Amino acid sequence: MAIPSRGHHEKEWHVTAETIQLLTPEGERVDHPEYPVDGADIRGMYRDMVLVRRIDSEAIALQRQGELGLWASLLGQEAAQVGSARALSPKDMAFPSYREHGVAWCRGLDPLRLLEMFRGVTHGAWDPEEHKFHLYTVVIGDQTLHATGYAMGIQRDGSEDEAVITYFGDGATSQGDVSEAFAWASVFNAPLVFFCQNNQFAISAPPERQSRAPIYQRASGFGFPGMRVDGNDVLACYAVTRHALRAARDGEGPRLIEAYTYRMGAHTTTDDPTRYRLASELEAWRLRDPIERVRAYLARSGEADGAFFEQVADEADELAGKLRAACLALPDPPPLALFDHVYAERSAVLEAERAQYAAYLAGFEERGDGR
Amino acid sequence: MTRITLSRALNEGLRRALEADEKVMIMGEDVGRLGGVFRVTDGLQKDFGEHRVVDTPLAESGIVGTAIGLALRGYRPVCEIQFDGFVYPATDQIVSQLAKMRSRSRGQVALPVVIRIPFGGGIGAVEHHSESPEVFFAHTAGLRVVACADPADAFAMIQLAIAAEDPVIFFEPKRRYWDKAEVDMAAPLSDALALDKARVVQPGADVTLLSYGPLVRTCLEAALAAREDGRSVEVIDLRSLSPLDMETIIASVTRTGRCVVAHEAPVYAGLGGEIAARVTERCFYQLEAPVLRVGGFAVPYPPARTEDHYLPDLDRILDAVDQTFTY
Repeated sequence: MAIPSRGHHEKEWHVTAETIQLLTPEGERVDHPEYPVDGADIRGMYRDMVLVRRIDSEAIALQRQGELGLWASLLGQEAAQVGSARALSPKDMAFPSYREHGVAWCRGLDPLRLLEMFRGVTHGAWDPEEHKFHLYTVVIGDQTLHATGYAMGIQRDGSEDEAVITYFGDGATSQGDVSEAFAWASVFNAPLVFFCQNNQFAISAPPERQSRAPIYQRASGFGFPGMRVDGNDVLACYAVTRHALRAARDGEGPRLIEAYTYRMGAHTTTDDPTRYRLASELEAWRLRDPIERVRAYLARSGEADGAFFEQVADEADELAGKLRAACLALPDPPPLALFDHVYAERSAVLEAERAQYAAYLAGFEERGDGR
Repeated sequence: MTRITLSRALNEGLRRALEADEKVMIMGEDVGRLGGVFRVTDGLQKDFGEHRVVDTPLAESGIVGTAIGLALRGYRPVCEIQFDGFVYPATDQIVSQLAKMRSRSRGQVALPVVIRIPFGGGIGAVEHHSESPEVFFAHTAGLRVVACADPADAFAMIQLAIAAEDPVIFFEPKRRYWDKAEVDMAAPLSDALALDKARVVQPGADVTLLSYGPLVRTCLEAALAAREDGRSVEVIDLRSLSPLDMETIIASVTRTGRCVVAHEAPVYAGLGGEIAARVTERCFYQLEAPVLRVGGFAVPYPPARTEDHYLPDLDRILDAVDQTFTY
């Protein structure tokens, strides 16, 4: 009996019939009857993608210089994230994994909040309701259940103008929680969009190690529609997500969108992708870069000119510079803050530990150890 | 005053909570039409509807994970895990998400979720239906862990747990579900003992006997038997396993000079060890004997025909009490 082998192999990838594409890698517009792009701010999406890529590269540099402990790069996934996030209405709620920097940006979260997390100042602390963007979730797939419960809450509130989107990767589809979320969302008809960025890698493992069936097809077994989009096509990601969100708000239940994309960088800054992928594969995907095709489209259609591209590039550098300065100025939390917010109120047991450690620290100060 | 079972007292407490706050929900396997396998949620779906008393798919991680999402949306879900040994599939959601969200968000997110778990042995059940997993959760910062022991307290405690702003793991002594006692259901909740306080259920002078959940009754019976030997045993129902109410414990042991902790969970690396260490730190010069522990052995929960040897009973507890007088 043959056991499927993984090994190195170059992926054959082309736009198959089931993959929804509205903008080719060469920047040609393709119309699709079900997924119009009316009202899409293509210039704005270009700007978003350039800025988040610049935030990303600055964060990698900060990590290399020892200013961040870790960074999970979104390089290559800008279209999937910006396209889907720009389809959200202000009231829609997003539940991210830990690589959704592009979604965070589109939701209006200060990128410094993300850097705080990867610097080790916080575990990623923001008010989820302020930007309708939940906290980053590190344990793979856990957030899909939170999103499902939140969507069940929307149903119970009787709200008809809100939906939920949850982000996860190809690796997460092997987690039990994701299957449970599929089942729950389906049987309760929850207003929820499952947005899977299939970036071809769960650290080193390819999608074939997670599933022998295409990810988007999994939805049908749970009783709701699934579709695959070109994840490097910001317009397709935008239009298909917008369509799915509208269906969710209209009471049609969940949708699964598999955004077929490619993680061009490492899993995180601790990773070495040369151990598990060929340089030629990366080169092939560079030709399908999510930003270049929008630039080509904007230039060819005359919707943007050189001055616009230059202005966006300058804005990106300025943003990166400000972010760097703000990151370097982040103070470490005071040591006793670690006792805060464990419970609504500190218990006597916790209070005693805190007091004991405070006294211990004070002992160094009295001796002038400057600790 | 009404004489009702512990199961009924919990049912009445849940009913009060559902009436008091429309955001309170009940969710779990078979909690709706069936009323739960122990009938703790009997009749609640009929009266509050299937959107507030939800029969869920059969998946514990899904129950807790979606409860977290509902809490993020402003609801106060009360989850039922059908049996102690079935909570482990939900452990990731409980430990990595439910317990940590407040701290992770630096206080910006609260998750007022209650997870009810029938626990303990003594009912002749098959494997995975008689366990005492409380220490896993007591070891997890961010969770409150409580156990009720009798109908009157259960009635108040479940309401207090639902009103709490922290996640609460709520253990119910399944072999005591059918114990009956007088419950004053007209008493205001504000008069109830706080959720994080221990309770002296039998005052005594010679030795402090600490327990919770199903063994509180056994300890009271042991105290009665010890009286015939001329020993005055003070029995304390811990109620809150995390945080521990050390002040009540220390006040008692300071007076008695002797301390025994009894629980069904294995003694090894258990709550008894934590209490023993803390009592020793605080009462070193008052102690007449080491703090002794009575509990389950360091073995998997045994088949029903031998569970009587595994579970601490009146005699084993009395034996430990006697031992504290031999030093």
